Amino acid sequence: MRLRLSGEVIKDDLVKRVEDLSGQNIAMCYQCGRCSAGCPVADEMDILPNEAIRLLQLGQIEEVLDSKTIWICASCLQCSSRCPRGVEFSSICDALRAIVLRRRITTPSVDAGDVSRVMRTDAPQMGVVGALRKLNG
Amino acid sequence: MEHRIGVFVCHCGSNIAGVVDVKRVAEQLADYPGVAYSTDYLYMCSDPGQNMVKDAIKKHSLTGVVVSACSPTLHEATFRRAGAASDLNQYRVEMANIREHCSWVHRGDKEKATEKAIKIIKTMIEKVKQNEALEPISVPMTHRALVVGGGIAGIQAALDIANAGHDVVLVEKSPSVGGHMAQLSETFPTLDCSQCILTPKMVEVSQHPRIRLLTYCEIDDVSGYVGNFKVRIRKKAAYVNRDVCNGCGLCVEKCPRTVASEFEEGLATRKAIYTPFAQAVPNKPVLDRDNCTYFESGKCGICQKICPVNAVDYEQKDEFIEEEVGAIVVATGFDLYPVVNIGEYGGGSIEDVVTSLQFERLLSASGPTGGEVRRPSDGKIPKEVVFLTCVGSRDPENHVSYCSKVCCMYLTKHAMLYKHNVHDGQAYVFYMDVRTGGKGYEEFYQRATEEDDVLYLRGKVSKLFEEDGKVMVWGVDTLTGRKVEIAADLVVLGLAMVPNSTAVELSKKLKIQVSEWGFYSEAHPKLRPVESLAPGFYLAGAAQGPKDIPDAVAQASASASKVCALFSEKEYHREPIVAWIDEDECSGCKVCISVCPYDAIEFDSEKGISRIQEAICEGCGACIAACPSATIQQRNLTDSQLYKMVSAALED
Repeated sequence: MRLRLSGEVIKDDLVKRVEDLSGQNIAMCYQCGRCSAGCPVADEMDILPNEAIRLLQLGQIEEVLDSKTIWICASCLQCSSRCPRGVEFSSICDALRAIVLRRRITTPSVDAGDVSRVMRTDAPQMGVVGALRKLNG
Repeated sequence: MEHRIGVFVCHCGSNIAGVVDVKRVAEQLADYPGVAYSTDYLYMCSDPGQNMVKDAIKKHSLTGVVVSACSPTLHEATFRRAGAASDLNQYRVEMANIREHCSWVHRGDKEKATEKAIKIIKTMIEKVKQNEALEPISVPMTHRALVVGGGIAGIQAALDIANAGHDVVLVEKSPSVGGHMAQLSETFPTLDCSQCILTPKMVEVSQHPRIRLLTYCEIDDVSGYVGNFKVRIRKKAAYVNRDVCNGCGLCVEKCPRTVASEFEEGLATRKAIYTPFAQAVPNKPVLDRDNCTYFESGKCGICQKICPVNAVDYEQKDEFIEEEVGAIVVATGFDLYPVVNIGEYGGGSIEDVVTSLQFERLLSASGPTGGEVRRPSDGKIPKEVVFLTCVGSRDPENHVSYCSKVCCMYLTKHAMLYKHNVHDGQAYVFYMDVRTGGKGYEEFYQRATEEDDVLYLRGKVSKLFEEDGKVMVWGVDTLTGRKVEIAADLVVLGLAMVPNSTAVELSKKLKIQVSEWGFYSEAHPKLRPVESLAPGFYLAGAAQGPKDIPDAVAQASASASKVCALFSEKEYHREPIVAWIDEDECSGCKVCISVCPYDAIEFDSEKGISRIQEAICEGCGACIAACPSATIQQRNLTDSQLYKMVSAALED
């Protein structure tokens, strides 16, 4: 199945909303993959961080909204601190989660029980905070 | 003559001494017949090392020197100068290469390496014993340069040489100077208008008192050698006496015949009598006889009737101009790879698939659409435009193997200018790699993605085809692993740069080398990038390989400085290691003449013998090997010397 691209598809309103919410310019990403390379939880993701951004560049936001990735992201900010183009994937993830939660669709991959387990096993503080933020919408 | 040879064995740090027992070499050779002095030193090429040579020549009255060190390509000149400083003829100084030819390749066996080093040095001692004292050959020189090609590279080279005070003949085959740069809209990465920065140089080149500008002319024949070339230039019949023509343009206006304009890349028409573009230099028309009604049927003749100064002359013939020059700069530029070879992209049959130069014209304010981007098929403003890089380039299986270097940048520029033109349009660039090596280039590319929303898609497009008034683009985004399709209004092909169609033929006339793809070969890819291997020929611009305007201009100025360096002396000096014919022995069989690749041997019909022209001979040795009576010898490489050298190498 070929993905049909056009100006209309690429300039998706929802992608624009993600840019507004996150304060990020999706077009800045030049797909070096450093975010994915350094992400401590990328192994658990179904779409790598750079792939998620690429899908947004192609206007394919629904695929990203449906992914586990945005819930696995621990908001540790490793990707943001290392991005050579100053793109904060963690902020983009925040925006994507916000969109899902405001649609009142509940697809959290982390439940309260999981959080307590993560907390018990030396999770970095940022990770725990991120997980709680997700649950609290 | 008593031989008093000095042997100087270099350690080259551990490069030689780590393998070869240099002390033993020096000691053993001290006893070799003819050797008056032998020593070793850590770095012979250092100042103290050179001084050892200079001092020893005087102290031991040396008649010859063998420096046993590295390759002569590196330090022969150093030690020849050292010899000359002590009044020893520089051609009595030789290098014995015991590094590249010995220590570096025999690390495993020090004993045998040492023996081999001794043998190498012995052969050079035998050579030096018979070396003649020679002087460089001096050849009178014409201090005038020929520049072939009137694009930006040729223009720059001509201006630089002329401004240095030398006369220049600039030959351009088309009716105007300017080349491809005159066709471009704006130039990356600064987006200044191409014609605005080019036309002042075009005017300067036409008005410069030291430049003879010959447009609508081609090189017919070149003979001679560096410093003394004779060039025959064909002045093509323009059927307009361009010296008389006042450029009023009436003939062009009234001419009833229209044909596709080369300058507009077929997107507009021109008349049969025409000036290629408004700012052409010279701004005088030429008549294209292949498309002229008068030449077809004898009827019409309007241009001649209307010309107020009687400049139109249907009887005009090609003329030949003879010029003598001392150096030749070749700047014949490039063409685009033929689109007809790219079948999967329509091979030129899809109207809304255009070449990069066509798109330049669509963007240009002086172009057929007045700078509004309109597609060729129906004149509509395209809303979805796809740009393809590497069309023909980087495809050794089907097209050309090399990267054309400029396409990434100009397609980025195209996409950006398109967006400046059509704000609500979408531009896509399919790429394999985005190569932005140049000052401000990467920033320019990033600007296109960030500010102009140009979408870069990594992957090569498999095919283009027409469907419902659109050009369907079937490609892939390898970053997501998805096949993609775009219904485009216009597709622009970043076709490979290939040498100008005349390049190979011209290379045969000039007798200079071309590489596999027809680009002129430089003498050394790093250290002699603007010289041809053939002396007196210099390269500038895309004729040597794909390059953008800044590189072409830089190379043109470099060529000009090489020409000026050549012209800085009254006479041209060259190595005297050339062939020599014993006039008494030569039977006049002319075999040598037939094998000489440089046309350096002439036949003296009065004496019935062949004669080497020392100014041309490159010392390649072809004639020496071919001469049936062994009458030809190479200076300082005679048969007698070679025999002694081989004997020294073979003795136990």
